[in-house]
Amino acid sequence: MSALHDPVDRDLLERLQEGIAVAHRPFASLAAETGLSEQQIVDRIKAWLDAGLLSRFGPMFNAERMGGAFCLCAMAVPGDRFDAVAEIVNRFDEVAHNYQREHRYNMWFVLACETPTGIYETAKLIEKATGLEVNLFPKQVEYFVEFKVPA
Amino acid sequence: MMTPDAIDRKLMLALQGGLPLEVEPWAAVARETGLAEGVVMARVNRLLENRAIRRIAAVPNHYRLGMTANGMTVWDVDDELIDRLGAAVGALSFVSHCYRRPRKLPDWPYNLFAMVHGRDRGEVETKRGVIAELLGQSCRANDILYSTRILKKTGMRIGNKGVPPCSG
Repeated sequence: MSALHDPVDRDLLERLQEGIAVAHRPFASLAAETGLSEQQIVDRIKAWLDAGLLSRFGPMFNAERMGGAFCLCAMAVPGDRFDAVAEIVNRFDEVAHNYQREHRYNMWFVLACETPTGIYETAKLIEKATGLEVNLFPKQVEYFVEFKVPA
Repeated sequence: MMTPDAIDRKLMLALQGGLPLEVEPWAAVARETGLAEGVVMARVNRLLENRAIRRIAAVPNHYRLGMTANGMTVWDVDDELIDRLGAAVGALSFVSHCYRRPRKLPDWPYNLFAMVHGRDRGEVETKRGVIAELLGQSCRANDILYSTRILKKTGMRIGNKGVPPCSG
């Protein structure tokens, strides 16, 4: 049940996810490849943002390279306390997002702090507030495809 | 690690809501920040080189695109091979995020995390199978944790205090 049926649109969306070059007219090469005009490409991005198909278009900042500290955390929350614990955890501003998942570790959230120390302090505060252990899974290496400017 | 200076910071603030949707977007950023377009592009290129910016790209809303099944696949991969294999998994087009993280023994033997999206769980399982095949004998155990509910999702912003936007 894909929201995009037109193969040109699907191709464009995929290419836009891979990234565009930093250039005076960054959509020119994509326009040549897709047969759309640069303005049509820009209009499609606008429409997809408006429709909520895209959550963002622009630079994807790698916050850790700029001094922030992040950590994925997991908790095993007893089923009957789940919603109450979620409320306590979500009240912390440092909790950036929080997902319920099917596992003994059923609550997974990301802590975002200005310093690594802040991560440990916040985790301790959450443990104190909930009475449950916070397991820290800090990122050691990120594996991703770096965008290369097409030759 | 790089420390953004005042100009980087100004650019990041101008760009945190996204790239202006114009045929010449960097010229628009230049007008907004009062910098020359060449300076804007040189700065952004430097941020790309430093990997402070991963890429200039569209971020899909998987749910709205019909990709409603979301599984965090986790793998126990040989430490000697994880960097080579992790890079291969991260390069798969259907893997949106891929990280090496510490194990927590005995409960949690997994050291490689790869996020997989699909239209339904069947599609996610097929993709999980592709990863399993790629890892082969180098992987001792794996699991998948499907998300059942988003409890909180705050788009982190670059605030005055310097809290940068998030990376999962």
